[in-house]
Amino acid sequence: MPLTPEVLLGRVEEALGDKILTSKVAQDQVTIEVAPTDWLEVCATLRDAPALAFDLMMDLCGVDYSAYKDGAWEGRRFAVVVQLLSVRRNHRLRVRTFCADDELPIVSSLMDVWPAVNWFEREAFDLFGIVFEGHPDLRRILTDYGFIGHPFRKDFPVSGHVEMRYDPELKRVVYQPVSIDPREITPRIVREDNYGTA
Amino acid sequence: MAEIRNYTMNFGPQHPAAHGVLRLVLELDGEVIVRADPHVGLLHRGTEKLAETRTFLQSVPYMDRLDYMSMMQNEHAYVLAVERLLGVEVPERAQYIRVMFDELTRILNHLLWLGTHALDIGAMTVFLYAFREREDIMDMYEAVTGARVHAAYYRPGGVYRDLPGAMPQYQIVHRKNEADLRRMNENRQGSVLDFIEDFSKRFFGYVDEYETLLTDNRIWKQRTVGVGVITPERAKALGFTGPMLRGSGVVWDMRKMQPYEVYDKLDFEIPIGRTGDTYDRYLVRMEEMRQSNRIIQQCVAWLKADDAKGAGPVIADNHKVAPPSRESMKSNMEELIHHFKLFTEGMHVPEGECYAAIEHSKGEFGVYLVSDGANKPYRLKLRAPGFSHLAGLDELSRGHMLADVTALIGSLDIVFGDIDR
Repeated sequence: MPLTPEVLLGRVEEALGDKILTSKVAQDQVTIEVAPTDWLEVCATLRDAPALAFDLMMDLCGVDYSAYKDGAWEGRRFAVVVQLLSVRRNHRLRVRTFCADDELPIVSSLMDVWPAVNWFEREAFDLFGIVFEGHPDLRRILTDYGFIGHPFRKDFPVSGHVEMRYDPELKRVVYQPVSIDPREITPRIVREDNYGTA
Repeated sequence: MAEIRNYTMNFGPQHPAAHGVLRLVLELDGEVIVRADPHVGLLHRGTEKLAETRTFLQSVPYMDRLDYMSMMQNEHAYVLAVERLLGVEVPERAQYIRVMFDELTRILNHLLWLGTHALDIGAMTVFLYAFREREDIMDMYEAVTGARVHAAYYRPGGVYRDLPGAMPQYQIVHRKNEADLRRMNENRQGSVLDFIEDFSKRFFGYVDEYETLLTDNRIWKQRTVGVGVITPERAKALGFTGPMLRGSGVVWDMRKMQPYEVYDKLDFEIPIGRTGDTYDRYLVRMEEMRQSNRIIQQCVAWLKADDAKGAGPVIADNHKVAPPSRESMKSNMEELIHHFKLFTEGMHVPEGECYAAIEHSKGEFGVYLVSDGANKPYRLKLRAPGFSHLAGLDELSRGHMLADVTALIGSLDIVFGDIDR
């Protein structure tokens, strides 16, 4: 059976020391946050420390916190989150870093630590515009060839900016501004704490 | 001497062996692959972004459409993530139903993989056999959920409804006489559970049938043995999971190592490969089907015993998460309000984040859910196993012949619904 999260967090703290900015245990899962400048070094340590041995990089994704709690967020905007798994030791860890610059989010690539991040970093670059320094092939991956913008940012509309159709007169595919109006059937609501329990 | 140059070739997106919409740009030196560059995203629908604009319940059917060959398993990872953040307990009967359908789905998925993999390499018959059994499993899906593919059956808190007491039967249509009908309806006389039990009894024999066609087949072995060999270290470095990892001999299965639902109460084994080639991955998946069938038999036995002592609930009693019964909704004011609020505003998931993963047919399917306390997810990230596997195709195919690419694509078991999301 896996370690209890508290024991795991103790081992992570032992290996990383003061590089951990914040740490949290919730739902039996450990999350740590590190500075973007330490990103590569921390990940290499997590992989190589014998007591941790995170040999599998499960998932890497970007998160745009700008609309969190309807704009109550005060920290940095873009975060990169990795979910790690140790097959050898059978435990999991989530590591997060916030990119220092909201206008041009840059963080170093983890290609040298886990080659598996290759496409995940391309995806985060494509969808959020997070630049991974040192990635050998940082191309768009999911969006169309020639796509403009980063669609998963919170300020990008769900319906997008352009639509595509076949023009019978020009006899080719053309792009034009979207003709649908964005609509929201169920509004997004954040309730105050303890709503409905009183 | 004439200058010899590599040339590039487009494989797909419209190619019968591309398994959907894979565009593969191959750089070839003669017939030997120098570099394979898969272009994905042709099926990108932005599921993760769409989920941010829908309530937690409205996103469940989107999960079916990710890996559209293992529908219920995708839902499973999603509802697990929501349940963990909510802190909802799932009734034991619902857990058994989920596990049973997860394993049926695994067989469903592996049968498609087997059929198309064999078809790509040139064996036609396996495909016909595999689709015969898929039909039975889809009938089970239909009997329980009303849909053959996109089930939307798992809900946060349990499953939508209990297993029905009667299995639908074939009706008289032209060109079918009574004797035909009687034969076709023979195993549909009882409940859905009886039908599943009958299927699981037959299924071991079917797997043996598939194996007689392929396992010792000389052509099959020539096309698969030693193709796409990957060492355990590289498999882990490239983020492979599921049969792709186990084929290389790594002992890792979520169902055993980090059990969820009732897997820790069930008796099954995890097959692993030795050499990490396409043939070993084939053997691993074949054995997985047998083990899934064993799990199904145990679940059926448990559910039948539960039926005998009066079936328990299949969805949580918390009406902030799961709807009340129709009967109480129509007779009780409070329940009516719960029902209305749940299906309009939806449930509020407490602020926090959670990563829930399951052992999907293809590998580890994970859902990373960030909630800020609203009635919609703040961010939903889907970790699709096929995404990592396809990223590894470049390394797997280097130095192989062009014809081996089809064998490799079959071996990766890729479905574009979950790669492109």
